[in-house]
Amino acid sequence: MTSPATTSTSRWARGVVLPVAAVLAVMVFALNSSGYVVTVIGFAAIYAIFVTGLNFFMGYTGQASFGQNAFAALGGYGSAILSGNYYWDPLLALVVSMAFAGVVAAIVGYPTLKLRGHYLAMATFALGLITYEISIEWTGLTSGYMGISGIPPLGVGRYELGTEKQMLVALTAFLLLGVWISTRLRDSRFGRALRAIAGSEPAAQALGINVARYKLMAFVVAALYASCAGSLFAHFVGFISPEVFGGAMVIQSFTMLFLGGIGTTWGPVIGALMVLMLPEFLRGLKELQDVVYSCVLVMILIFAPKGLAGLVALIPTRRAPAAPRPAEAK
Amino acid sequence: MGKSDMALLSVQNVTMRFGGLVANDRVSFDVPEGALFAVIGPNGAGKTTLFNIISGFFPPSEGQVVFAGDTITGLPQHAVASRGLIRTYQLVQLFKDLTVRENVAVGCHRVTRGGIPAALFTPGWARKQEAEVERRSRELLDFVGLGAQADMAADKLPYGQQRLLEVARALAADPKLLLLDEPAAGLNTQETAALADVIQRVNARGVTVLLVEHDMSLVMKVAQRIAVIDFGKKIAEGTPAEIKAHPDVIAAYLGGTETADA
Ligand SMILES: Nc1ncnc2c1ncn2[C@@H]1O[C@H](COP(=O)(O)OP(=O)(O)OP(=O)(O)O)[C@@H](O)[C@H]1O
Ligand SMILES: [Mg+2]
Repeated sequence: MTSPATTSTSRWARGVVLPVAAVLAVMVFALNSSGYVVTVIGFAAIYAIFVTGLNFFMGYTGQASFGQNAFAALGGYGSAILSGNYYWDPLLALVVSMAFAGVVAAIVGYPTLKLRGHYLAMATFALGLITYEISIEWTGLTSGYMGISGIPPLGVGRYELGTEKQMLVALTAFLLLGVWISTRLRDSRFGRALRAIAGSEPAAQALGINVARYKLMAFVVAALYASCAGSLFAHFVGFISPEVFGGAMVIQSFTMLFLGGIGTTWGPVIGALMVLMLPEFLRGLKELQDVVYSCVLVMILIFAPKGLAGLVALIPTRRAPAAPRPAEAK
Repeated sequence: MGKSDMALLSVQNVTMRFGGLVANDRVSFDVPEGALFAVIGPNGAGKTTLFNIISGFFPPSEGQVVFAGDTITGLPQHAVASRGLIRTYQLVQLFKDLTVRENVAVGCHRVTRGGIPAALFTPGWARKQEAEVERRSRELLDFVGLGAQADMAADKLPYGQQRLLEVARALAADPKLLLLDEPAAGLNTQETAALADVIQRVNARGVTVLLVEHDMSLVMKVAQRIAVIDFGKKIAEGTPAEIKAHPDVIAAYLGGTETADA
């Protein structure tokens, strides 16, 4: 049986080896570049983690959340406070913050996810706004607009990732682990149930899938990613403020998701990198920069509805040609 | 008592009101284990409403549904389904982004297990289970005659085959009772015949089938017993021969908007 073996090998090469190699290549490129490039690529890795979680909830499960920034804020502030004020081990602070964000997601999601469509979108958007307000008003804990600075870098025990470049290696590892986990979850009984819900809730329900519970689990998974990204941001930059996790984050992450390719494995990674790098490439255009940036985004969304990852998948030697379109039934 | 002990499904005085409209009016019937039972009636008679109540899509205003000896009235639909009462919808409800085979694999949800930990760590039993899901999906696709289309995107199937896929997907859940809501709607004669054949073979496998259908030729051909609903009320019940000769049924169909074939 050569044919299944070759197709699975080529899929492995195309779906895993190639993208991982590309991610590592970008990392190596950054490691050999100036500090500024390191910072931008680091942000891209953090955003890619955040958007991978968003993709899990929106792409695979087919639900909309405009409030994932709330969980990034929980992670960021959790890590900042626990490791900054209480001198916890940063990695422990990150994990504990994630657990907290997961619990909050479960509590908030339980009533919220009974809502559908626009209502769910609005409820989650409100969640982001509320968290934003809290991070401004609860000055005793968050220092309000001032933000929290002097957050220690990531580290384990005595080992501290003192430089940005060391941090970048860790961020890349987190990202690859995150993508791996998300893919594993998708390609399982659990993930199949989520994708079924995205396709038809009534049909999923009728086959014994507890739709509300599965949606809630997907929401919690996405929140864990968001929280992890928030924590990593805090440790990478050493400073957070309410603005970091504000509405701009929501818009930014949506752009990344749709540009990179919603519902695809590597779309979030490609999207994060593109959205953060594009302005750098366009810098030479001076005042035309924003116009060209917007045009490029719109063009990609029009001509590649599955995003850039979808374009990559179109490059030849994939699958057998699509089956001829059968005559539509009346 | 005795009689309902025998029945796999017992619908008891089910009434459903939508505001002033009575969509089901004290409907009762029993579906014995192993039967191929049909519910017929003109457009808007309340057949889908009855299916929605039986399957737990919504609870009835009054009345009870007893399945395999347990009262299931008011249970959420996924809980009813996990007991082995699986329904299809009048309008095709495929998982469009999944392949034909994956659609059937989702059907296996009820008879498999494993959540996030199993997905992450894929222990031996989970891998074995996935292989079994794959095997079973292909077998069921062969059973309904879609074996060759297994790797196609589900929404690329012609309509007639989409209906067959829904049956295969429902069978994957290993139903004790299969509810089919107008499975032949929109099919041509040839496709209807293929579907009738599948339904009969499903029943022969030991699956009890409750069928709502407009297509009288299909019903008369496959059903062993028929209940007729008109304006929410059950007006007759019996064998196909009895139903054909029943004066109220003839009146309901001649007086209604029904024509031989749409
Ligand atoms: N959710 C609902 N809310 C209000 N009215 C409803 C609802 N569902 C059904 N009805 C009404 O109940 C009546 C019965 O509808 P139902 O769909 O059960 O009929 P049916 O026998 O399945 O018809 P068809 O053969 O056209 O599928 C109709 O008058 C319909 O308009
Ligand atoms: Mg109907």
